[in-house]
Amino acid sequence: MNTVLSRANSLFAFSLSVMAALTFGCFITTAFKDRSVPVDISVTKVMLKNVDDFTGPREKSDLGFVYFDVTADLHPIFDWNVKQLFLYLSAEYSTKSNALNQVVLWDKIVLRGDNTKLNLKEMKSKYFFFDDGNGLRANKNITLTLSWNVVPNAGILPLITGSGHISVPFPDTYETARSY
Amino acid sequence: MLSLDFLDDVRRMNKRQLYYQVLNFGMIVSSALMIWKGLMVVTGSESPIVVVLSGSMEPAFHRGDLLFLTNRAEDPIRVGEIVVFRIEGREIPIVHRVLKIHEKFVPYIGIVTILMNDYPKFKYAVLCMLGLFVLVHRE
Repeated sequence: MNTVLSRANSLFAFSLSVMAALTFGCFITTAFKDRSVPVDISVTKVMLKNVDDFTGPREKSDLGFVYFDVTADLHPIFDWNVKQLFLYLSAEYSTKSNALNQVVLWDKIVLRGDNTKLNLKEMKSKYFFFDDGNGLRANKNITLTLSWNVVPNAGILPLITGSGHISVPFPDTYETARSY
Repeated sequence: MLSLDFLDDVRRMNKRQLYYQVLNFGMIVSSALMIWKGLMVVTGSESPIVVVLSGSMEPAFHRGDLLFLTNRAEDPIRVGEIVVFRIEGREIPIVHRVLKIHEKFVPYIGIVTILMNDYPKFKYAVLCMLGLFVLVHRE
């Protein structure tokens, strides 16, 4: 320990180990928290079209449109270890050809410091709700849930689903009018 | 000047010390390899630690971040999860988020998109510490 360089070396090594221990502490104090809050989703309108699908292997696929309202209070989830929440609304259903389908319709990033009371009305889906085929028509059970991915400063990123989901049926006929 | 000093050092060591140094170095290299392979087995992933190369994952992952991955067979891929995958013929792994799943009996990923963050500093710290251990030990 007689040169500047060796002192700087040990100082650096020590501070790195301290930071690692701090990071681990940050992780372990919030690792077992329950991050679920009640969520209220309601659907105002559902529409179905059968259009050209350039993303899949077939000519035409079912395209669904869902308009929804979402209310939730995300405040209890945020603590010193949460950097942001990635919210997403997903639709889950099953068809004759596919046992499990999950499609994300809409998402939002809620950063720490943002308004945590979610009160959205008449929202349109952000992504196209294409089915892999024609399984949406007359499908009685499409379940919409709001989930979030908790992004911590240090630790695992869990996917939590809000308690409170809604099931909607899709219509039996396709909408042929040019409206969106 | 510097190179001559180094050679003097080596000449001062007798054969046994030289062999010892080489063996020491070999031990460090092989223990690093063991840790890496052990990680591969424990996580079930081909490449348990990857670096984020592009800025596509917005406020979540930045360029140069390290990601720690697991690939357990009993965890099916679900919507909203972040996956790291490699396309055939391309060496670079891609980090994205799953947007759609249409599962028959064999699951496959549909369109994926961006976002998310992780705890890269912790991983960086561990790896740097390993490197520094070597440095300090040499003293």
